[in-house]
This record gives sequence, structure tokens and C-alpha cells, in this order.
Amino acid sequence: MSKITEGAKVVLRVENICKCFNTNEILRGISFEIKKGETKVVIGPSGSGKSTLLRCINQLTVPDKGSIWLEGEEVTHHMKDISRFRQKMGMVFQDFNLFDHLNALQNVTIGLIKVKKMDKKEAEAKAMEELKRVGLEKQACLYPAQLSGGQKQRVSIARALAMDPTVILFDEPTSALDPELIGEVLEVIKDLAEGGMTMIVVTHEMGFARSVASEIIFIEEGIVIDQGTPHKLFTNPEHERTKRFIHKIAELYGETENNQ
Amino acid sequence: MIREYISLIIQTFPYLLSGSITTIGLVCGALGLGFVLGLPMAIGQVYGNKFISGFISLYVWFFRGLPELVLLFLFYFGLFTTLHLNLSAFHAAILVLGLRSAAYQSQIFRGSLNSIGEGQMLAALSLGMKKYNAVYDIILPQALRISIPGWSNEYAILLKDSATAYAIGVMEILTRASFVATRTYQPLPVYFLTGVIFIVLTYGGVKLLAMLEKRLKTPGFGEER
Repeated sequence: MSKITEGAKVVLRVENICKCFNTNEILRGISFEIKKGETKVVIGPSGSGKSTLLRCINQLTVPDKGSIWLEGEEVTHHMKDISRFRQKMGMVFQDFNLFDHLNALQNVTIGLIKVKKMDKKEAEAKAMEELKRVGLEKQACLYPAQLSGGQKQRVSIARALAMDPTVILFDEPTSALDPELIGEVLEVIKDLAEGGMTMIVVTHEMGFARSVASEIIFIEEGIVIDQGTPHKLFTNPEHERTKRFIHKIAELYGETENNQ
Repeated sequence: MIREYISLIIQTFPYLLSGSITTIGLVCGALGLGFVLGLPMAIGQVYGNKFISGFISLYVWFFRGLPELVLLFLFYFGLFTTLHLNLSAFHAAILVLGLRSAAYQSQIFRGSLNSIGEGQMLAALSLGMKKYNAVYDIILPQALRISIPGWSNEYAILLKDSATAYAIGVMEILTRASFVATRTYQPLPVYFLTGVIFIVLTYGGVKLLAMLEKRLKTPGFGEER
């Protein structure tokens, strides 16, 4: 059920991104673009550079080569001004990274107050709205240490949403969760996708990838091996490696072809 | 004899008590100065460039390397006199103990800053915060909470180290006690009382900081779920 995004404008362009750590080439020239409202799912074996790719997009890791364009502006050219771009690129981390000394509500308001200079009342109203959107308005006053993993991740999604980002980057949002908590987080992300949010999601959840992705990108050893609609990648991948990887993951997570 | 001791203790108590005001002033001044200098030093050492962190390491190396008495003599009799800085013994002691405490406190704060996971900084930056805002609004509030136990240790140590100010004639508890002891030839009750006052001050301060720690604790943090 990929969304209709034909003719929509490109909001993020990734051009020939390369990154080495010492002599270890993590990314070897990755390019793609994402249109408004699209959900791109990035899959690939661990160590293939998926997380590094996301971090290169919002410059938490500075790429060695290549450029990132957000709504026509070259991010990699305005490093002095990087915080302006990061505001528009929400990020959801594998291990949540909620601010431990702040409660759920404050976790969501802090960016609005400190970065967007919003007034406190206004920020709280906006934050409550976002917490409601992820189903956590009742937990607003709880601290991260008092929340379950799934709840923490939903708060961190609300934190990203509150900034009204152009695109949200999800870095394996369910990998640190107990199996029974994965569903609640995927549900939230799915709702966002259906609501037209532009997202890049790194994940190993193939069922989720299949049902939500507008396009799947398969990365291995720092390059794009295969890319296309879920239908294409799951049924008729160009490369044998893609097929093998998808099968391996599906086996591991017990997902069969018709597990939708 | 016991009666004699008790009456001496009662007579001496107000005199030593006013000495403890001096001690408390000295300790608060030195701790305050140590905090004001030590915290930025810790931040500089953790987040600063090579030059800044190298300079701070040198500072810490110097002030941790010398005995406190040597520092007091070096600064009060040596440096301040040579520079014609006309500081009272009390102010000189605050300055020297404060500079020394800054070295120790910076290491307490550095440890706490380092213990805050990298993810906190990444999340703050990803929201569009500038690095110094992230340190100030996200990292510091957490690091300072963690620092309280170590800091309360620094208080307890500094309080007792403040007695070395005796050597440059600051009218603190020990200086006064030694006056009384030499005048009355009764060192036992006088130094006993001195010890009691130090124990009470140590206990009181540590207790106060423990209360502060409890008050500032983040709910649920560090508890078994």
C-alpha cells in the first residue's frame, strides 16, 4: 500500500555520502532522495552503515564527502548554521535518549522552549497534543525511569514531532524493545506514515517495512545494493544478496510471506 | 578533675564557637570559589579543545601535587608578599583553599560529566540545540545531581583541612583552641571540645547535602523497577 507520492516535491536529497572511521570505510557513496510524504525504509545487515547514514544526514556525524540537501538548501554547506537544519530533521534513537532528569512533558517542551523560544504555556499545550498523538497524555508527569521501553520511545517520537520537522529519521526505533512492546511503537510510526509524515526508518522489522514503506533501500558494505517498492524487493529483488538478507531476517523474526 | 574539665569546657565554648564562625566562613568561601572555578574547568576539560584541557590539567596537577601547608606558605608568605598583595590571613586562606578545592572539585564534576551518556548530547543536538545550550540545559542538571555525594566528600575534607589555616594565624577553631590550651595548660578538654565541634560541623554539613540530594533526585532514577 505505498502512498501516492508521484509529483510530490523532493524534500531531502542525499548525494554521494562517504564516511570513513580511520581506515574503515563505512559509507561508500550513498545517494537517494525522498519526496514529501514518503516513508523510506533502510534495511541491511548490522555494520552496513545504516545508522551512520542517518547521522550523516543531520550531521551528528560529519560525512567526509558528499552533500545533503534539505528543501533545496545545502545542509553540508551551512555547517555554522547546522542547528537550524537539525530542528527540521527530527531524530528518534534506538535507545530513546530521553532526557533523564525531565518528565515526559518536559522532554517534549524543552526543544520548543529552548530552541524555538516558544512561551512555556504554549509549549506545554503543544507538547500535550503530541503526547496525545502517541497515546501518552496520562503519562505526561512521569519521568523516563518510570516509563516502559515502548512508552519511552513514544515520548521520544512526540519530542521529535513537537518540533514540526520536515522529515523524521528513525534509527532502529524498536531494536532495544522487548518483543511485546514493539507493536505499540510501530503502530505510532505507521499512523505517522499514513498521516503523510516524511520519514526515513532504519529497521529490521520486515513486516513493518513491507506494509509501510513507499520505498525500501537495501544497504550493504556502505553502498546501496537494491532499492524499490516493498513489492519489488520482497518478491523480485535485483540481487541475490537482497533476497538472501530478507529471507534470513524473515526466518529470524518468524515472519512469513503473508504475515501482514 | 572532671569538674574542672567541664567548667573549662563551658568557659571555652563561646570562644571556640566564634572560631567556628570563622571556620564556616572560610569553608564556605573556599568551597564557593572552588565551585565557581572548578565547574567551568571540568566543562573545559571535557568539552574544550586540546589547549584548554591541557592548561586545566596543568592547573590540577599543580594544586593536587603540593601539600596544603606548602601552598599556604607559598602563597601567603611568598607570592602575596612579593606581589605586595595586602590580604588578611583569612582572605588569603580562602583564596588558597579555594584554588586548591577548584582542582579537586573539577575532577568531581569531570567524572559526573563523563558519566552522562553520549546519547543525551546527541538527542539535544538533534533537536537543534547549540552545544553550549545542550551542556547547560541537558548535561549539567544531570551531572550536578550525580556530583552531590562526591561534593559532600569535598566539604568534609575541606572543613578539616581548613584547620591548617592555623599555621598562618587565621582565628579559626584550632588557632583559638591552641591559645586556650597554652594559657590554661589543659590541652585535653580543650582539644576534646575542638574535636567535638569539628565532628558536629562535618556531620551537619554532610546531612544537609544528603537532604539536598534527596530533594533533587529524579523520580524513579536509579531504582529497581
